[in-house]
Amino acid sequence: MNHLDLLTFARGSALNWALIIFVAGVVLRLFEIFGLSRKTDLAKPRIDSPGSGWRTMLTRSIPPQGMVKRDPVTYIAGYVFHLGLFLAIFFFAPHIEFFRSITGLSWPALPSALVDASVVAAIVALAVLLAHRLNNPVKRLLSTFSDYLAWTVTLLPLLTGYMAYHHLMLEYTLMLALHLFSVELLLVLLPFTKLFHTFSVFVSRWYNGDFFGRKGVAS
Amino acid sequence: MKQKQMMDALPGTVGEGLAQRGVDRREFLKFCTAMTAMLALPPSMASVMAEAIARARRQSVIWLSFQECTGCTESITRSHSPTLETLIFDLISLDYHHTLQAASGAAAEHAREQAMKDNDGKYLLIVDGSIPMGDPGYSCIAGISNYDMLVETAKGAAAIVAVGTCAAYGGIPKADPNPTGAVSVSDIVKDKPIINVPGCPPIPVVMTGVLAHFLTFGSIPELDALGRPKSFYGETIHDRCYRRPFYDQGKFAETFDDEAARKGWCLFKLGCKGPVTYNACATTKWNEGTSFPIESGHGCIGCSEPNFWDAGPLYKALSMPVSGTGSMLGTAAAAGAAVGVAVTWYNRSTKAQAKAAHAKVTVQELTREEK
Repeated sequence: MNHLDLLTFARGSALNWALIIFVAGVVLRLFEIFGLSRKTDLAKPRIDSPGSGWRTMLTRSIPPQGMVKRDPVTYIAGYVFHLGLFLAIFFFAPHIEFFRSITGLSWPALPSALVDASVVAAIVALAVLLAHRLNNPVKRLLSTFSDYLAWTVTLLPLLTGYMAYHHLMLEYTLMLALHLFSVELLLVLLPFTKLFHTFSVFVSRWYNGDFFGRKGVAS
Repeated sequence: MKQKQMMDALPGTVGEGLAQRGVDRREFLKFCTAMTAMLALPPSMASVMAEAIARARRQSVIWLSFQECTGCTESITRSHSPTLETLIFDLISLDYHHTLQAASGAAAEHAREQAMKDNDGKYLLIVDGSIPMGDPGYSCIAGISNYDMLVETAKGAAAIVAVGTCAAYGGIPKADPNPTGAVSVSDIVKDKPIINVPGCPPIPVVMTGVLAHFLTFGSIPELDALGRPKSFYGETIHDRCYRRPFYDQGKFAETFDDEAARKGWCLFKLGCKGPVTYNACATTKWNEGTSFPIESGHGCIGCSEPNFWDAGPLYKALSMPVSGTGSMLGTAAAAGAAVGVAVTWYNRSTKAQAKAAHAKVTVQELTREEK
């Protein structure tokens, strides 16, 4: 099997199966989470706080007063990583073509150099976050295998994509195939690991906001 | 005077032939300089090459055509006519070639056998077309199967040049479902140096370059992992494409011949396979350096890569799935939902069972544990 055959496989059956597992997995998990439900809270709310859930979705996305100073690494590197990853996934022209072929939707791309810079920033941020996780005693204690797994499978697509674009180490076609395989690994693992926060983060923020709003701790 | 220099050439050599055709030394040196540059040799090698080629005896070449369309021959014999490349090509001793030879039938086969006998171990074998491993009747010449003819002719060859993607990698005949069981030259011949010059058709100057290298050094040029001369197949079309800056800027043609395409914007979205195709089209170009497919507004189809015909749709961007569709994902979502409902039902029944099994404990029932 030569490099082009490998790429064709990565773009073909391998990608199809990864996408099937990803979509089925995400829907399954959403059903599981929403289906479990909580008992209706029959108590009268402490204060009337309409929209508390929605507001929390926003406020929890912004660092609370003084926290950036207390833990600058987590906040700054966290933002840089998420923003860099978001731009790389959704605003690199070839990626938009991928989404267009599946959903029919397309939107303007960013210049490749800008996407390239955001990928570098995301990779550096990931490295910093790992170093911090290993050096900070509290973070290290809280970390389990799944955290390191999530870190690895998130890094791989960024790294292979960057290396393919810049023709580093391996031949381009082979590196592109590896990039796709790394994305497929991410897709398969996403619904069943902590990476599912991609879908659940705002749901849980809304829930927390609404729950605490009823208890009188309005956001 | 210049004319005289060439006229001094030894009888029976390429130099003599060039002189007879009125090619002066300056013109010949210019050709050799261009050739050394294309072969990525140091500039000082130009005069060495000129000397070596001028003194070289006419190289005996046997050309075998198997499962092919004659496109390779058309490309090589015509597109650069009547430049020096063609002259060099004329100056080899093409002892056997279906399309170009005058002889036919038994006389043609005799010419091949005679050339093999006279130049045993020294002749260059050029092959275009793939070899069917299924029924030999799919393709045979003078009652000899392609396989038998290749094995027999390869025995006494100094080197083999597999011209075109069919000979180099199986090409279109090998494409799924490969009805004839087509294979490449290198799938059969294992004990001879093989130079792959893929392309559908390949660039004529690559052929000339390989010949010039062979005549100068008596050896084959440096090859990559797929057996292609590195000097011509070292970089992708995309990396040498004049539309590349637009790719980097995120400027793409959306349809063929739209305003953007005419402005020279990148054809990636229209399915261009330039990023994964290693060839020299973007630098040497076609038709005497006039243009190459991307310049004419059509994306690269990757014709010089192995199995290019089965490497996904020609008009789908490289980053698009080969066969994945929205309906496939719809089915996946439905399956996920079905399993999700089952899991939810199971979770709820577990919860209900736990609730039913829950026994209340009263204060009276609690006893202090004695220490």
